Amino acid sequence: MYSFYGTWPWYISGFLIGAVMLTLIFFGKQFGMSSNLRTLCTMAGAGKNVDFFKFDWREQKWNLAVVLGAILGGFAAVHFLSDGSGVHLNPKTVEQLAAMHIEAPNGKLGPDSLFSWEAVKTPKTVLILFFGGLLIGFGTRYAGGCTSGHAISGLSNLQKPSLIAVVGFFIGGLIMAHFLLPLIF
Amino acid sequence: MRFLDLIKFLLVGFVFGIVLTKSEAVSWYRIYEMFHFQSFHMYGIIGVAVVTGVIGVQLIKRNQMKDIKGLPIEIADKEKGFLRYIIGGTLFGLGWGLVGSCPGPIFILLGAGFYGIVIVLIGALLGTYLYGVFKNKLPH
Repeated sequence: MYSFYGTWPWYISGFLIGAVMLTLIFFGKQFGMSSNLRTLCTMAGAGKNVDFFKFDWREQKWNLAVVLGAILGGFAAVHFLSDGSGVHLNPKTVEQLAAMHIEAPNGKLGPDSLFSWEAVKTPKTVLILFFGGLLIGFGTRYAGGCTSGHAISGLSNLQKPSLIAVVGFFIGGLIMAHFLLPLIF
Repeated sequence: MRFLDLIKFLLVGFVFGIVLTKSEAVSWYRIYEMFHFQSFHMYGIIGVAVVTGVIGVQLIKRNQMKDIKGLPIEIADKEKGFLRYIIGGTLFGLGWGLVGSCPGPIFILLGAGFYGIVIVLIGALLGTYLYGVFKNKLPH
């Protein structure tokens, strides 16, 4: 039923993500992707005016190496490990998306109407992507972590703040998916 | 940190990028489907990752395991608080639901060749910067 070149099953994927987090703990670090956004701001010179960015970014080199690896992993997975059979959605989801003029995946990870070169030429798409990014950057730093830092690392260490953050993730996501997306698209 | 030290982190990231792409956790479609409760897939991934993590962290703590350098492993607790987690979390959730990617996948999708994600990354960097600017005026 599952193929190596198709969608990986949730139980294998979940286990491997847990293993990645534990490996980083074994390496003496903590799994968290959004802190790299802060590091990149510091590297760009944000520490000159804002105290929050005043730290030695070299301490975070290890995490930038993780990011670089992740970028290469994304490239390798798409180009060498995929047969284009993935992303089988619930037929109901596909129907709902069609009503919002978003095409079915047909093996693609993201809709062309949002991420393709053509789509990026329209101001509306640029605004959507930009504001989405803004919310992600601001929200994750405000909450002190994202899906990796809170949902995976934090919950694994039974942290109550992380549980509150994850509840927040879902409040925001549910409002967006159910009420705002139909208005936006 | 020396080059060879960094290689092991690069490899961990490489595996992470492959797993998130092949599990389709980086897919805008999968996130939409998840927030509409129309598939178990994403819940299965997060659930198994957390169960694996809880078991691993408990084993590390109970056996007082050492890290790769032989130092005792200490996992810092998250700062106590409520408002920052619920407000910040909700704002991030809105973004996650809109563009379908959290910070990890933003980088992974760069590698996967989704042009539009560059704009998301620019927005995310600016959002991070704005938080740094307004940090002291926000309730935490």
